[in-house]
Amino acid sequence: MLHDTGLVALAMLGGVDPWIFAFSFITVAVTVWMGFRSAKQSKTASDYFVAGRSVSVGWNASAISGEYLSAASFMGVAGMVMSSGYDALWYPVCYACGYLFLLLFIAGPLRRFGAYTIPDFAEGRYDSPLFRKIAVCFVLFIGFFYTMPQMKGAGTTLAYIFPGMPYWGGVVLVGAVITLNVALGGMKGITLVQAFQYWAKMFAISVPVFVLLSVYGFYNTQLAANATPIESTQQPALVQSVAQEIGRQPLVEKAPADETWISPFGPLTTKAAKAAGLSAEEARPYSLLYTYSLIIALVCGTAGLPHILVRFYTNPDGVAAKRTTMWVMILIGVFYVFPPVFGVLGRNFMPELYTGLSGIKGTDQVVLKLPTLLGEKYGPLGSILSGITCAGAFAAFMSTFSGLLVSMTGALAHDVYGRMLRPKATAQERMRMFKIAAVLIGTVAIGLGTLVETLEINFMVGQAFAIASASYFPLLFMSVWWRGMTMKGAASGMLVGGLSALAAATLTNASTLALDKGPMGKVFAVFAPLNDFWKDHPLLRILCEQPAIWAVPLAITLMIVVSKATRAAVPSDIRMKMLVLHAPEKLGLKQEYIQEHQTGAGH
Amino acid sequence: MSAPQAPTDDVVHSESFLRSLMRRQLVLSITCASAFLVVLFGLPVANYVAPDLMATRIAGFTLSWLLLGVLFFPAVWVISFYFIRRSIWLENDEVEQARSAGRKEI
Repeated sequence: MLHDTGLVALAMLGGVDPWIFAFSFITVAVTVWMGFRSAKQSKTASDYFVAGRSVSVGWNASAISGEYLSAASFMGVAGMVMSSGYDALWYPVCYACGYLFLLLFIAGPLRRFGAYTIPDFAEGRYDSPLFRKIAVCFVLFIGFFYTMPQMKGAGTTLAYIFPGMPYWGGVVLVGAVITLNVALGGMKGITLVQAFQYWAKMFAISVPVFVLLSVYGFYNTQLAANATPIESTQQPALVQSVAQEIGRQPLVEKAPADETWISPFGPLTTKAAKAAGLSAEEARPYSLLYTYSLIIALVCGTAGLPHILVRFYTNPDGVAAKRTTMWVMILIGVFYVFPPVFGVLGRNFMPELYTGLSGIKGTDQVVLKLPTLLGEKYGPLGSILSGITCAGAFAAFMSTFSGLLVSMTGALAHDVYGRMLRPKATAQERMRMFKIAAVLIGTVAIGLGTLVETLEINFMVGQAFAIASASYFPLLFMSVWWRGMTMKGAASGMLVGGLSALAAATLTNASTLALDKGPMGKVFAVFAPLNDFWKDHPLLRILCEQPAIWAVPLAITLMIVVSKATRAAVPSDIRMKMLVLHAPEKLGLKQEYIQEHQTGAGH
Repeated sequence: MSAPQAPTDDVVHSESFLRSLMRRQLVLSITCASAFLVVLFGLPVANYVAPDLMATRIAGFTLSWLLLGVLFFPAVWVISFYFIRRSIWLENDEVEQARSAGRKEI
């Protein structure tokens, strides 16, 4: 195969650690092999779209978790904890806890309603093909935003494994492998592959942590070596002795001080206020606001990510959908305990990473690089563990990218082609279209991926979450629980909320890019004056950087106001729809609903 | 919520059945959500109001780090476990209600 020979050729280049290469290669090879193997088993169009709805709870939970733990979770969280300390802990916690919101308010009803995709739900709930089109656009929109950081992770990890490989080479290579895999295997293949990749990631993050901790001292000891504000004034000698005992490296100039790093409201949340020249005391209310907005974006964004939601349809029934969510929370909750440990260890033992620029060249690399520390004492063990974490990173961006590709391809092949362009297409034509759509979307994603080398992984992920939290989350939440919603209300809330969150985040992004000293800085030079504006208005800066705190209420308010104004347009059979959403499946109301609705969402 | 208006001929399709269905489920969801939100929104407040207390060392961790980085996950598992048990019970109860009211469905 083309990509195999390509990898082998690259391995012959100098400077490649054979262990790191071997582990990464095995991950890629197993992923591709599993895709091909299951391709033989998926026969019908239904298999391709939602895996024939026969995936067991354990497999499905592993697969959702595998899909969800992206490059940002695997590398970004550790790097962010290392660079920003306590405040960064909100990311893993809210990534994991957003699922609780899904479980409490959305998972069960959505599954009972029984449509293949979110656009199916949007159309079925409001009897509006127009609304379906709007919803499809958002699937593609959020999807492309979320693929960019994955592509960035792929490009930079390959650049770490193969020194000298250009960034775009990694993006093209990984993108091509996954696109091929999705085109040939469909979702059935992806369920297996995703589940396998969750366990690969879990292994890759936990085993090196246990080895490193047993050599260098445990999690609590590592934290105890960082002085809190009280300790640094009252008992600095005590902390000093702990640091000496574990052999902590001296901090470099660019690293934040212990006191701000280990305490809440540190560098991450006070940046805007600090830039405005406010004192530490004055900056605290701003940090609190930043923290709350971040929490809302991450918790609601999780419930609104399109590639996660589509998986609830692969459960055999609503009870299984709930059990799946429970297991997903346990699986990712256990996982998210580990990346911060890498961050803490990195701070104590690899402070040189602070000197790099932000992004992958800096602290984001800590997960990949930290295990090589062991090389001094135990020879190849360091390389082996670094190889394992690299394999985990591969699993991370490969699984998230393929999940996104499946849901975006599904939207294009199933919604745009199968329902809008050619409703009378045969099953065979639909399947061919699925493959063509996969290649098409994969190519666009690769193209976008090569453009974002200078953007930060975590920031791009944050954008996707902010858009999702202000568009899909209000749509789903309100549609499920309020029968007074009309199509116009839902659409206006979703569009205004989602687009304004997007605009705010993009504005912040563009002004940050304008500071770049490379070619990107010139492209975005128009936005440079914005940075002076931010300095005078730190509050506006925070509200633009973290828009969820106003965008989510805005979307919900709009939905209520517009729905009230267009009250006459509430679907006439709203009571039946609500029954299908909320009544236990055992009552069999769904079948009844389909019979009444011959032209509805039935398949 | 008053007496059943019975616009259709049976219990399952009646207004009162749907209302009680949605209300019971929503009450359960909101109860669980508030337990979760108190912890989620309470922690930044605690950090803000009592920074010295939250910086207390517990076996090396600061209190706020221990809560957020480690203990938060099990707390959420407990809430979701309770929710799932209750909601499955609720569904069975609703099926029971509907059936005993005289309508049989597969």
